[in-house]
Amino acid sequence: MPITIEQIKEKFTDAGGFAGIIFSDINNYPMMEVPKERILEVSKIMRDEFKFEQLKDIVGVDRFTKNDRFECIYNIYSCEHKFRMFMKVRLDSKKPEVESLYPVWQSANWSEREAYDMVGINFLNHPDLRRMYMMEEYEYYPLRKDYPLMGLPGAVQLPKK
Amino acid sequence: MSTEEVKDIIEEIPPNGAQNNDSHAEKQSINQQKILHALESEDVRVHFEGTLDNQLVLNMGPQHPATHGVLQLVVSLDGETVINTVPVLGYLHRGYEKLAENMTYHEFIPHTDRLDYLSPLANNVAYILAVEKILKIEATPRAQYIRTICCEVARIASHLVWIGSMAMDVGALTVFLWAFTEREKILDILDLLTGVRFTTSYTRIGGLALDMTEECRLRLITFLDQFIPKLENCRNLIERNKIFINRCEGVGHISKEDALSLGVTGPNLRATGVERDLRIDEPYLVYKEMDFNVPTYPEGDSLARYYVRIKEFYESFKILRQCLEKLPSGPINSPDAKQVLPDKGEVYSKMEELIHDFMIVNFGNAPEKGAEAYQAIESSKGELGFYIISDGKGYPFRLKIRSPSFVNLGSLPTMLKNCMISDIVTIIGSLDPVMGEADK
Repeated sequence: MPITIEQIKEKFTDAGGFAGIIFSDINNYPMMEVPKERILEVSKIMRDEFKFEQLKDIVGVDRFTKNDRFECIYNIYSCEHKFRMFMKVRLDSKKPEVESLYPVWQSANWSEREAYDMVGINFLNHPDLRRMYMMEEYEYYPLRKDYPLMGLPGAVQLPKK
Repeated sequence: MSTEEVKDIIEEIPPNGAQNNDSHAEKQSINQQKILHALESEDVRVHFEGTLDNQLVLNMGPQHPATHGVLQLVVSLDGETVINTVPVLGYLHRGYEKLAENMTYHEFIPHTDRLDYLSPLANNVAYILAVEKILKIEATPRAQYIRTICCEVARIASHLVWIGSMAMDVGALTVFLWAFTEREKILDILDLLTGVRFTTSYTRIGGLALDMTEECRLRLITFLDQFIPKLENCRNLIERNKIFINRCEGVGHISKEDALSLGVTGPNLRATGVERDLRIDEPYLVYKEMDFNVPTYPEGDSLARYYVRIKEFYESFKILRQCLEKLPSGPINSPDAKQVLPDKGEVYSKMEELIHDFMIVNFGNAPEKGAEAYQAIESSKGELGFYIISDGKGYPFRLKIRSPSFVNLGSLPTMLKNCMISDIVTIIGSLDPVMGEADK
């Protein structure tokens, strides 16, 4: 019996102790906005009860607004039910931090490293939070909206002649 | 947004050139320390026999011929057995996601060619499907059929490179030459279809750059007629070859649970017995009307990955045959004049078309404000998806590429655990990564 979005909505009601979870729809896929403190708990329920075995991707977004500037969008997929949905957390402007999902899905390891490298989101309790693409001594986050397209001159120190 | 507000948002960027050379060298060594630290994770125990220190750290790549591009592996060894591996990516990082935010949707199409450079047509189709989803346009039936043909031709071309290079990784050179001869024929057909052999940039919003000519269709049919016997020749060379079987069987084993948790998709996942294929599960284009199977093997080793891809040749062949038979006639561009580029001949002779062409080229196609869309296709490597967020302008606000090679490479440390050095090459070959896609 394949799951439906109604079953998930029933589980995460205010009465069930899950206040602040908002459901919406992005072009045929359901989207669920979760408060950032509860993302680990909700993810465990998604994996164990609704059989979302795969975390396909993490999209780090810089919304460039004054409050809640950063966003993390988790793309999760249930192989058993052939069901895809998205989870979203909104993160603080000054200090974007969220709990790592590595204990739930192993693929979070690399995806979170990528989001950390590109947007500068700090994942707490991540086993190995290094930069994915850029070099370790780089001080900027390229996919932030205040980073110029052509890069910053002098940001990378070249070896002297 | 006023400048003061912007200033408020921007955190203080650290001044440039504050660091001197010493701290730079220090930081580089910190980087190396971090990689080594990751190598010595907690569940790794190194045994010492007597006074001899057995652990050895070996650096493989980024310029190693067997790593399929610029992939660096830092491997710690106990004798010849791999204890732990840390893949280091980023040598081919070109920042496509940042570039995409600064160009119109049409301008990004040539950049998608450079992602998975072994199957550029499939990338074009995946990207354009995501853009059409956010713009709420649907292509005409003929365009949909031609796009399906593109996807499958790209799959065959990509798998041909894979079979050649994987056989070469384990020591069979002839297959490489034979597979590339076949691929050359496909590239000639792509030349007829798109006008170029390699970086195709074939799709357009709401349609295609060129129509498929009758000559091209016939060439494709002739190619397919002789393809399966040629493939059988390659298979005969390696499938009953003792060396090939011994080097692949049981090597690089990954369990179903691990593969799912690591997010592995495509043929690598199907080689662990999970029957998931986006062409059937979330059908796009005209795959709903096609009759084909999803081959799976339960073993989860390199040989199973080999057989899954070999079987996929036959399924692609079936789909191509059906597509070429059913290919409908009609226009290739959808009639939405505000979103779809007009015919070039009409641009030079008609006023209305000239205006539309000017608007689309200069200001781009603008989806509605706040629209978000995700579209994934089953490419030859796995799930290739594009997540687009729009802010109502002609440029995407954020474009995220979900590249299959990147996620599949994440499973490499699990597969390489406790294998031999020489098997590293086989396992990378059987995983079929393309670094252009993994590094974006």
